[in-house]
Amino acid sequence: MKNRNAILFILFSAGLATLPPFLNAYWVDVLNSIGIYAILGLSLNLIVGHTGLFNLGHAAFFAIGAYTAAILNTTFGIPILWLLPVSALAAGLFAAVVARPIVHLRGDYLCIVTIGVGEIVRIALVNDIFGITGGANGIFDISRPSVFGLIIRTPYEFFYLIWFFLGVTIVLFHFLENSRFGRALNYLREDEVAAEGSGIPTARYKLGVFALGAAWAGMVGLIFASKMTIIAPESFSFWESVLMFTLIILGGAGSIPGVLLGAALIVGIPEVFRDLANARMLVFGAAMVVMMIFRTEGIIPQRPRVYRIEAIPGEERP
Amino acid sequence: MEEFFQQFANGLAVGGIYALIALGYTMVYGVLKLINFAHGDLFTIGAYLGLTVLAALGLTEFYGAVIGVLLVAVMIMGMLAAIGAVLDRAAYRPLRESPRLSAVVSALGASIFLQNLVMLIYGARFQVYPLDILPSTSISLFQVDIPVVKVVVLAASILLMAVLYLFVQRTRIGTAIRAAAIDQGAARLMGIDVNRVILIVFLIGPALGGVAGLMVGLLYGQINFTMGWTYGLKAFTAAILGGIGNIPGAMVGGLLLGVIEALGAAYISIAWKDAIAFCVLIAILIVRPTGLLGERVAEKI
Repeated sequence: MKNRNAILFILFSAGLATLPPFLNAYWVDVLNSIGIYAILGLSLNLIVGHTGLFNLGHAAFFAIGAYTAAILNTTFGIPILWLLPVSALAAGLFAAVVARPIVHLRGDYLCIVTIGVGEIVRIALVNDIFGITGGANGIFDISRPSVFGLIIRTPYEFFYLIWFFLGVTIVLFHFLENSRFGRALNYLREDEVAAEGSGIPTARYKLGVFALGAAWAGMVGLIFASKMTIIAPESFSFWESVLMFTLIILGGAGSIPGVLLGAALIVGIPEVFRDLANARMLVFGAAMVVMMIFRTEGIIPQRPRVYRIEAIPGEERP
Repeated sequence: MEEFFQQFANGLAVGGIYALIALGYTMVYGVLKLINFAHGDLFTIGAYLGLTVLAALGLTEFYGAVIGVLLVAVMIMGMLAAIGAVLDRAAYRPLRESPRLSAVVSALGASIFLQNLVMLIYGARFQVYPLDILPSTSISLFQVDIPVVKVVVLAASILLMAVLYLFVQRTRIGTAIRAAAIDQGAARLMGIDVNRVILIVFLIGPALGGVAGLMVGLLYGQINFTMGWTYGLKAFTAAILGGIGNIPGAMVGGLLLGVIEALGAAYISIAWKDAIAFCVLIAILIVRPTGLLGERVAEKI
């Protein structure tokens, strides 16, 4: 089973890697968007899917990462990829500080507070807080990433950077899911009181997962900033948080293949219906409702954990 | 001091509108435990339908300003109640037994659908209400000139809230709504048709939201298809501020939020207006995790 998953993963990656030369730049860019949303979705999935915490303000953490990278890169000229840990740390710390007083709030209260945090961050960026965010115009001239002296410019080159990062994310999060930490998060989602009773420090775990999800979103922010070379507050609006949230639930909360499919759909549906011009978002909204009605748990729901009992003590093995 | 009263009055007028929208959120939440994200867009639809009816029927010229606007308001309430019922039937009823997150996404989808429907029908540009519907005179209070429109808006929203409060507290249907909000299962055992209660909630909430839309049109003169997001978010904040599921809470929360926002915009910074509302919300939730009037629910184990 384990080997089959690994083989599938490798085959799928290899297949994707050979794809770009056959596509024009436009569709490669669509794939890049899918990749970025997929990583964002996976990072939010830890919080929403695995832990069951309503977070509708994930764009804030994405923004913090992007702005940290952009500011340090443009003012001090630090190569952008070196800033990866800095962006992660900034977003993670911000999340930990913000989540500390609110993480005990019940479901929907947490939801509105995260929306509020997202809006506060966006407004702060628009208002040029501390005089470093460039206001509504944002920050431009962010440098391109360079790997071993090769500067990454075209969508084709970015494709490999983004999907490599996505691949690493999938592998790491797969192991995280099945780790002690991941199992504890699922327990917390199913029954917080019982989890606390079984010795899981729920508050600390919630805070931890917020910080981890945010740190990951921060790193995606850096990649986004270096891809666009210009960032402005409207890239980090409430709408972005809604998209990330929706793609998780649509694809299947708590399931990695589900989130990947969700990302493909959320970017893909508006692309496919591009001919409808103005009506495509109408179709998009209707599709969300219909999909939820027919696939309540998402398209690929999280599979229940199966543990094979190798031997029952005191009994002969069959 | 004069400026203070001026801003205070502005805040109360906006707060009344927030409160009316917040009532829709809070009633649906009380019974269904669902955040009806499409509610803000029902409010937008109310504003647009109001404009259409005003322009098409010319009721204000025929019956005079007061009765004309009143008639339009009643018609809007009827139309929005119907739309609310359809929304519930199409997007929420099939998801009654599903996980909460799925219903939230369905609500977000319905919101996107309605918002774009309005855009397709009326276009993406701002639409302008005729200016001369209500007399533009002002009345003097505490040496401050307050436009009549604002007084009317505030008075009308308080009146509607009072009627709703009495309805929920005194009538049989109101009692059924409260019972269903406390415990759906038990309410069903007592012979209450919970699905009917939900339908009634989806008639009342959107009706109030639609009137709020009409009021915004009359008050500010221009409307846009995206305004449901902002107003909806503010009203939802107001509902949480007062303690969601609690009807007086939504009224208090709405008025309070309107006043805080107006004063914050005047004395702190207009650019930070929207952020101030959320900061206050977070501060209050840290001190009182269930909102101002929300009851502390004991955790059942």
